[in-house]
Amino acid sequence: MSGVSEWRLHVDPTRCIGSGICAGVAPGHFVLVDGLSRPVAERIAADESVLDAAESCPLEAIVVSEVDSLRRIAPEG
Amino acid sequence: MTDTSQATIPQRYPFNAPVRLDLDARYAELREQPLVRVQLPYGEPAWLATRYADVKTVLGDPRFSRAASVGRDEPRNTPRQQETGILSMDPPEHTRLRRLVAKAFTARRVEELRPRTRAVADELVDGLLAAGPPADLVAHLATPLPIRVICDLLGVPVSDQDKFHTWSEAIVSTTSLEPGLAQHYLDNLLAYMGALVARRRVEPADDLLSAMVRARDENADRLTEQEMVILAAGLLAAGHETTVTQIPNMVYVLLTTPGAWGTLRDRPELVPAAVEELMRFIPLGATAAFPRYATEDVELGGVLVRAGEPVVVNIAAANRDDTVFADADRLDLTREVNPHLGFGHGVHHCVGAQLARMELRVVLETLLDRAPGLRLAVPVEELTWKSGLLVRGLLAMPVAWGAGPGEGA
Repeated sequence: MSGVSEWRLHVDPTRCIGSGICAGVAPGHFVLVDGLSRPVAERIAADESVLDAAESCPLEAIVVSEVDSLRRIAPEG
Repeated sequence: MTDTSQATIPQRYPFNAPVRLDLDARYAELREQPLVRVQLPYGEPAWLATRYADVKTVLGDPRFSRAASVGRDEPRNTPRQQETGILSMDPPEHTRLRRLVAKAFTARRVEELRPRTRAVADELVDGLLAAGPPADLVAHLATPLPIRVICDLLGVPVSDQDKFHTWSEAIVSTTSLEPGLAQHYLDNLLAYMGALVARRRVEPADDLLSAMVRARDENADRLTEQEMVILAAGLLAAGHETTVTQIPNMVYVLLTTPGAWGTLRDRPELVPAAVEELMRFIPLGATAAFPRYATEDVELGGVLVRAGEPVVVNIAAANRDDTVFADADRLDLTREVNPHLGFGHGVHHCVGAQLARMELRVVLETLLDRAPGLRLAVPVEELTWKSGLLVRGLLAMPVAWGAGPGEGA
């Protein structure tokens, strides 16, 4: 087991409204393409800013999960 | 590309006093040109962005900062620089505050408020119909509905609405309130909210204020008491002033655009699309506010914006950009693709957008259902409009319903 956990980012394109919040909160991880958000990379080293992005999305369109366990980390509840 | 920031004389802004909900024809010309320099009533000159792509960049690109306005002679509409709390922050400080409240405004949580909102709308329309015709849509429906909804959500006693509704004007005032009075109202609003927060700490309830108090007490290092009180006061004030204004604006456009009200009456399933189109079409803002400062040199709209220079945007102009919206100056209630910027864009995108959408849909659906023959009770030119505010809106909106003169049988 490595020391740094790996996370997976998913943006549901059917929910995304292109508010641009995630791309502002975590600019290295989300980018708007044709008005909708998309992860820059689907697998990333753990980074708190993507949790902020997922928790700030008004449509809860962003899901952050652990690559190994598939456990959802954000959004909560 | 031209580099003219120091060379040109800034134009006075806003260019003209707002007329009803008309968009100044000047913006159509400006979208064809490089950014221009403008001078707001107070503060340093700024660049003005009007094209869709440029406005989106200024609002969404981290190279444009709100926090950098602190300590600058910010372009503004009032003599004094106003404390704007979360609106003067960038990530990660902004995110720290926003996350505290964002959960309460997700589409999922807002959906849970719909039945109650529908019941309130029905009750208020009962009152409207009992009072006339004619009766004032602003007083009977547009003002009380958003206040009741935000009070329920936050946990603010609706019985205090006369007080805080008066004070809230300070949040959206430019010249309507004399500066001393505006500050007095702001102080009152903050003191009121501070007292309410203190009460919730002793007697928690199932509301957002209690949740904010809990989060603050669990993470005292992350949030000061003052930050929480300003945030809560901002939610209360912004949470109703805008929707209170936009409900009559939407009804006004629907009643004064030939065929629009009838289209929705025949096809109420179009209401969600109509709300988006009305958000796009209505120039809610009366002036520019919340300038963004470039943190590095940025090429934007044919000019070089230098690090440290402020940019203001006109969202209504961006929403009429015909490179994005076909036939942009026409109200099209069936428009399918509508990426309007009516709720802003980027990290400061309206936190209450989903709540506002739900309220606006419920109000229109209720009116279409209960008052299908709705019409203005006075000629358009007799309507009176607010002035001296950040937003445009009607002071009163006398409406009638049922078969009337000019409607035939």
